[in-house]
Amino acid sequence: MNATGAPRVFLVDDHHLFRAGVRSELGDAVEVVGEADEVPAAIELIAERLPDVVLLDVHMPGGGGKAVIEAIKPIHPSVKFLALSVSDAPEDVIGVIRAGARGYVTKTISGPELVDAVVRVAGGDAVFSPRLAGFVLDAFASMPPDFELRGPLDPELDHLSPREREVLRLIARGYTYKEIARELTISIKTVESHVSAVLRKLQLSTRHQLTKWATERRLI
Amino acid sequence: MVRGRFYRSREDRILAGIAGGLAARLGRDVTVVRIVLVLTTLVSGLGVVCYVLAWLLLPAEGSSETIAARAISDRQGITLVLALVPVLVLVLLIASVLHASFASSWGPPLLISAAGLVLVYRNAEDDERAWLVDSARALLQLGAEPRQAPRVFMVRLGTGILLFVLGVFVIADGALSHSWLRPLGGTLLLIAATVVLLGPWWLRLALDLVRERQARIRAEERADMAARVHDSVLQTLAMIQRSADQPLEVAKLARAQERELRSWLFEGRAPGSFGAEGALTLSAGVEQIERDVEAAHGIAVDAVTVGDSPLDDELRALLAAGREATVNAAKWSGATSVSIYVEVEPKRVSMFVRDRGAGFDSDAIAGDRKGIAESIRGRMQRNGGTAVIRSVPGEGTEVELSLPRHPGRA
Repeated sequence: MNATGAPRVFLVDDHHLFRAGVRSELGDAVEVVGEADEVPAAIELIAERLPDVVLLDVHMPGGGGKAVIEAIKPIHPSVKFLALSVSDAPEDVIGVIRAGARGYVTKTISGPELVDAVVRVAGGDAVFSPRLAGFVLDAFASMPPDFELRGPLDPELDHLSPREREVLRLIARGYTYKEIARELTISIKTVESHVSAVLRKLQLSTRHQLTKWATERRLI
Repeated sequence: MVRGRFYRSREDRILAGIAGGLAARLGRDVTVVRIVLVLTTLVSGLGVVCYVLAWLLLPAEGSSETIAARAISDRQGITLVLALVPVLVLVLLIASVLHASFASSWGPPLLISAAGLVLVYRNAEDDERAWLVDSARALLQLGAEPRQAPRVFMVRLGTGILLFVLGVFVIADGALSHSWLRPLGGTLLLIAATVVLLGPWWLRLALDLVRERQARIRAEERADMAARVHDSVLQTLAMIQRSADQPLEVAKLARAQERELRSWLFEGRAPGSFGAEGALTLSAGVEQIERDVEAAHGIAVDAVTVGDSPLDDELRALLAAGREATVNAAKWSGATSVSIYVEVEPKRVSMFVRDRGAGFDSDAIAGDRKGIAESIRGRMQRNGGTAVIRSVPGEGTEVELSLPRHPGRA
C-alpha cells in the first residue's frame, strides 16, 4: 500500500491499448507503479518495484502470465497476482491459478469491479469470476467413479464442501460477494473465507484430474 | 410422466384411463393390457371390481388427489353404497334358491362395481364427470346420432333385441339336439346382438377420443406457434419501434426478420431453434445464445456452463426459454451485461439468466405480456419444467429455469 492506502499495482499485458484502457479505468483508486509488455521485462521490473498486486495477462509470448508468477513467487511471496484474460480456456485459467494467482477475472469486467477485485486481492482475498467458479464446479464434480482406485484422495483438499459449492454457484450466476452474503444470510467475511478456501484447494489439491480435466475440456 | 408412478392416463382412455396408465407403467402396449382386462372380466367378473377399485384409488395424470380421498367425506354417497348391501344379500339368496350359479358368481362383483361407480360418479372431478355423463347418455341412446332417422334406429333396436332373445333362447332351451351347437350358436347370436346394439356407441366413443386428442394437439401447436412468432416477429417489431429514428438499423432488422421468417415458413427451420445445422450440445447452444444476443442487442453476455449434455427436445425448449429471458434482459433491463449460468446435474438441468438492471414489479406486468407468460413459463411447463422469475425494481432480475431429467430414459 502507498501512503494513501491505495494498492500499488503493476500491469503486465502485451497489448498497449489494453494497458492504457485498464490504467484509465483504475483511475485514482490504485497507484499504477509500472507496466510491462513481455515476460522477461515484467519479471525484472516487478522484482524491482515490488507492487502489492500484479494485473497479469494470461496469454503472452514467452510463457504467459504463468511464467511471471513462477519466477516471482519463490523470491517475493508478498506480491499477489490477479489474472486477466480474454481467452477463458480452462487449462490457461486453472494453470495460472495453480501457479499462484489469487484470482481471475475476464477482460470484459467493468472499471469499478476491477478496482474492487484489485483491492480484494491486495487484502489477501481471492477473486473468482463467474467463469472460474464454473470451471471449479465442473472440475470438482467430474470425478470418475473409479477415482478412488487411482490414488489416495485428501478429503480436506479434494472435495468442495456443500457451502463452498453453494457460494461458487452463486458466483457463477453473477452474484457479487455482497449479494451472496445476503442470499445465504452469512457475512461478507464468511463468503470471502469460503472463496479463499476454494482457492487453496484449487492450488494445493493433488488431483491430477484437475489438470487433466482442464486439458480435456479444451478438446471438446 | 415418470415411469414407475401409477396414474390414470388422460391420453389413452376409454373409461377411466386405467389401461393406459397400466400400459405406461409396465411399458406394454395399451391394447394388450385392454385385452387382458376384458378377459379377466369375462372369466370371473373380478376384472370389473379391480377396474373400479383402481378408478377410485389411482390419481388421474397430473393430479395428486384420488377419488377415494374425496369419497371418504361423501356421507350421502357412502349411505347409498351401504344401501346396496341388502340388495346383494337378496341376489345371493335368490341365486341359491334357483341354483343359478351364474347369478351367485356375477352378482357380487357387479354390485361392488356398481357401488364403486356411484362413489366415482359423485366424487369425480368436473371434467371427468362430464365425460362420464356423455358416455352414459350415448350408451342409453345406444350410440344413435341425434340426426339419425328414428326408423333406422328402431330397425336396429328391433334386430338387436330379436338376436338377443334368440341367443338366450337357444342357450337356455334344450330343443336343439346337437349339444355342442347350442352354446356356440347362442353365443354367436348374443355377440351379434351386442354388436348391433352397442357397436355404434363404441364407435362414437372411439371417434370422440380421437377428436379430443387431435384438438389438444392442435391447441399445443397453436401455443407453440404463438411463442415462436412472439420470439421472432413481435420482438423484431418492438426493436424496430425503438430504433424508429435510425433508418439503417430498421432496414437491417427488417431484413434479418424476413430471412428468418422465410426459413421458418418455407424451409421448416424454426426461428431461434437449434436444428441439425446448429448446436448439438447444451453448452454449444448456450454459446450460440451468447453470440446471437450480443450481436443483436449490443450487450455483453457472460455465459458459464457446468457439465454438458447432448441436445434433445426438452433441452432445446430450455434453451429457447433461456434465450427469451436473455433477450428480455438485453432489451428491457438497461444493464450493460447479462449473466447466464447453466448447470447439468444428473437429475436436473438449471439455467439462470441474471441482469443488474432496472428490474420490475412482477405483479405489475399485465397478463397479456406474452414474453414471460408463454415463451418462458408456458414453454417450461409444457416440457415438465419450471420457471421462477425474481425481480426487484432497481436491483435487477433473475430468471431461473429448471428441467428435471430422467437418467436412463432415452
